[in-house]
Amino acid sequence: MGRGRINPAWGFVGPALLAIGAFFFVPVAASLLLSFTDFDVYAVARPDRLRFVALGNYARLLGEPRFWTALGNTAYFVVVGGPLSVGVSLGAALLLEAKLARWKGFFRTVFFLPVVTTLVAVAVVWRYLYHPRHGLLNLLLGLAGIHPIDWLGDPRWAMPAIILLAVWKNFGFNMVIFIAGLQSIPERLYEAARLDGASAWQQFRRVTLPMLAPTFLFVAVVTMIGYFQLFAEPYVMTQGGPANSTLSVVLLMYEEGFRWWNMGYGAAVAFVLFAIILSLTLAERGLRRLQPGAR
Amino acid sequence: MRRTVQAVALHGVLAVGAALTLLPLLWMLAASLMPAGEASAVPPRLVPSAVTLEHYRALFARLHLTRSLLNSAGLATAVTVVSLLLNSMAGYAFAKLRFAGRDRLFRLLLGALVIPAQVAMLPLFLMLRALGVIDTYWGVIVPGMASVFGIFLVRQYALAIPDSVLDAARVDGAGEFRIYRSLVLFLCAPVLVTLAVFTFMGTWNDFMWPLIVLADDRLYTLPVALANLAGEHVQDTELMMAGAVLTVLPVMLLFVFLQRYYVAGVMSGGVKE
Amino acid sequence: MSAWRRPARALLLLGLAAALGCRIDATDTGAVRFWAMGREGEEVQQLVLEFERRHPDIHVRVQQIPWGAAHEKLLTADVGGAMPDVFQAGNTWLPELVALGALEPLDERLARWPAIDRDDYFPGIVDTNVVDGATWAVPWYVDTRVLFYRSDLLAEAGYPEPPRTWTAWTDAMLRVKERVGPERYAILLPLREWQPPVILALQRGASLLRDGARYGDFQSPPVRAAFEFYLDLFRRGLAPRAGDTALANLYQDFARGYFSLYISGPWNIGEFARRLPADLADRWTTAPLPAPGDGYPGVSLAGGASLAVSRGSDRKDAAWKLVEFLSQPAQQVRFYRLTGDLPARKAAWADEGLPRDRRAHAFWIQLQSVQSTPKIPEWERIAAKISQYAEAAIRGTMTIDQALAGLDRDVDNVLEKRRWLMRAAGR
Repeated sequence: MGRGRINPAWGFVGPALLAIGAFFFVPVAASLLLSFTDFDVYAVARPDRLRFVALGNYARLLGEPRFWTALGNTAYFVVVGGPLSVGVSLGAALLLEAKLARWKGFFRTVFFLPVVTTLVAVAVVWRYLYHPRHGLLNLLLGLAGIHPIDWLGDPRWAMPAIILLAVWKNFGFNMVIFIAGLQSIPERLYEAARLDGASAWQQFRRVTLPMLAPTFLFVAVVTMIGYFQLFAEPYVMTQGGPANSTLSVVLLMYEEGFRWWNMGYGAAVAFVLFAIILSLTLAERGLRRLQPGAR
Repeated sequence: MRRTVQAVALHGVLAVGAALTLLPLLWMLAASLMPAGEASAVPPRLVPSAVTLEHYRALFARLHLTRSLLNSAGLATAVTVVSLLLNSMAGYAFAKLRFAGRDRLFRLLLGALVIPAQVAMLPLFLMLRALGVIDTYWGVIVPGMASVFGIFLVRQYALAIPDSVLDAARVDGAGEFRIYRSLVLFLCAPVLVTLAVFTFMGTWNDFMWPLIVLADDRLYTLPVALANLAGEHVQDTELMMAGAVLTVLPVMLLFVFLQRYYVAGVMSGGVKE
Repeated sequence: MSAWRRPARALLLLGLAAALGCRIDATDTGAVRFWAMGREGEEVQQLVLEFERRHPDIHVRVQQIPWGAAHEKLLTADVGGAMPDVFQAGNTWLPELVALGALEPLDERLARWPAIDRDDYFPGIVDTNVVDGATWAVPWYVDTRVLFYRSDLLAEAGYPEPPRTWTAWTDAMLRVKERVGPERYAILLPLREWQPPVILALQRGASLLRDGARYGDFQSPPVRAAFEFYLDLFRRGLAPRAGDTALANLYQDFARGYFSLYISGPWNIGEFARRLPADLADRWTTAPLPAPGDGYPGVSLAGGASLAVSRGSDRKDAAWKLVEFLSQPAQQVRFYRLTGDLPARKAAWADEGLPRDRRAHAFWIQLQSVQSTPKIPEWERIAAKISQYAEAAIRGTMTIDQALAGLDRDVDNVLEKRRWLMRAAGR
């Protein structure tokens, strides 16, 4: 047993806690304080130009149409992209885990490949793929007889374009989690269902879905939290345009905070985002407790 | 017979899915090898008329992407080494060592996962400026030195180490750090490799923070250099594609060779219920 | 026993990490860091080599930054304490940089260097470098917007000479549009650019802000008239509503007549010459902007970039020598030849015979009628909002009244802090 008066365990957790405390928790707390001031370009030069505005930034952002546009766009991305991404992942997982499937390792690798790619690089690639006249996507649509769409130039299609990119990039990640979930369902449950005369579809409904529910909820929440933080795709591909249709909350925070140096206002935007994510996470916790057989 | 039809249909769907998934990446590679101007042809081409390496040469010779490549590799390695050490020590301690407030502290850390990293960015920038590390490698390393996710991953795995093994070593007179160094690290090797792969890839691909922190282009990592290139050379499609291939290829290769560990990490993160 | 090992290892690791964290310019103290943007950043390297030849004790490191990111990079660098020693800055950014305290005032140095003769510069341009009575930067090259157009297509439409009034201009564009059909356009107006609508407003005599730049003035009659004119160009199909995202490549599309007119700056003299096919060389030219009524040419923006020295630099004298070098007429001429950017110094114009040059002639005339945008730190934000609201009006998501009212409201918000500071300073 350790002889000194100080528990050696602190030597183990100390460095990590110090790092996380100093470089994460402290800035987060500072961010909250910052959001109560009007720290900006003027204040950077001279501290006496700083004003304490209490909830002024929050009031201002609630009254600013651009914030609501950003929130709306982000919500659109989450509500449409989230289920789409989770659905595609689940579909791919089910296909790969089907008994008839062969070369599972190969397909799994291929489907997971977009996940490990650098987002900036693929965003650049997809920007070219989306070009109305030179892009591959419109070429493929043309083969199906669909008119060329100005993906990144038309406010109606820009966000769907970004959603498509996000789904392509991320579905492999959730697919792997679903595969783990599917593999953990005991075979005997399926046998029991088959003995009861259940068809494949009924087996899916009565065995697979319920057993997968916790995984599903987890994937849904994690994806949603991640999607709320949408930034790199609109930054590289559209800069929030056209007509602010791809402006996301984090992009707005970046613009206000690092382009215009309205750091007080930017911090307020960040905290509103945090509040939204927190409330949704708490809702998920609540939902989980309502589930039968919750752990 | 029915099973054969089903099998063919199933693999057909999988094959189409695989083709659609790979299509952007294949086009990226093909375009990077096309002669200048060909990638903007109408209608778009999928295969280069003649394979040329001129864009890659331009990237290395004229646009100094070698430096960015080295920066990305160096920073990813540095962050991986440091964070592996810090996270493994903490994860082991949370799993196997007893100290005051251990479980409450751990729950607090887990709570931090809900906070989006962007909330911390603005004050962190000002803090690092006060420390004088803006526009240095340190500025990129510091925020990645330890992560809640890494601690969590190691803790999950370390929980499975039998206490008896550790107690036996203590009875033999080994100090805690010695136990950690010789016994725990060895037993946790699989999760450490997973974490290393995760961290390396995450750091390599990180964009937003290096974009903010790095001003000097000699320090740029590949994603930042690529975005910089896109600002100036957006008309030069083939050049941009070559840059994208360069950015994506190392992590893709790393993944393909180490995918067992990476996928294991994702799956263990997923079943944290 | 183990109590020793842990700190020892920790120290070893810290040491390694510290080595990694070495600031990169510890290895080349004495190098002057110079940030230049866009194409200028690529071409200035050659001038810098000559500078280093003449000053063997000074080494200059040029870093090229794309224009799109340059403004935010400068601000971030200033706040982060990572500013270069000398840098190129668009002159509309200068008031903001002055408010940040990022710039070194240059009046004293200018007084000691008679070689940089203030009278040798265009007055409208010099004015943009003077904020609150002090001079903060030296103009490097000048920029204003003129009309680039396909002289052959305009001639075919009945305008062998460029239009001089808004009426003639509209008529010319309508005729061109008739000839090119629905798939092509008369004029290209990128939606992200604030310059065209602002120029039109300035031509109408608008001041954009009122009360000593305390409030927005975008609902005033001149601004409204200018906006109407601008929107009309889109409504009548003379300009593509998608702006420049419909373009594959600006130069290829100009060559194939996708658009015949384009309001742009001097850098395109060089770019057009370089990137357009050879057979197009005689079929395009430049002309000063038309005026709303009499008084050709209409006013244009006093743009351009200047060279500034960082207040926090350790190498101000060396940095200043570089500025002085780049301001020499011979170097200005050389730079013009490399980039097509028009020299800030009239002596350089004379040396190169630019006033008579076919393409630069339009700029020479236009530069005598330029006006600067409001010289306040908030200008870049206001400019971004102008283009956003203009885009909304163009796309039809807002009426022109809604757009101008929204713009006024936003601009008033942006200027709130300025009003507070001015009140606090007793102004």
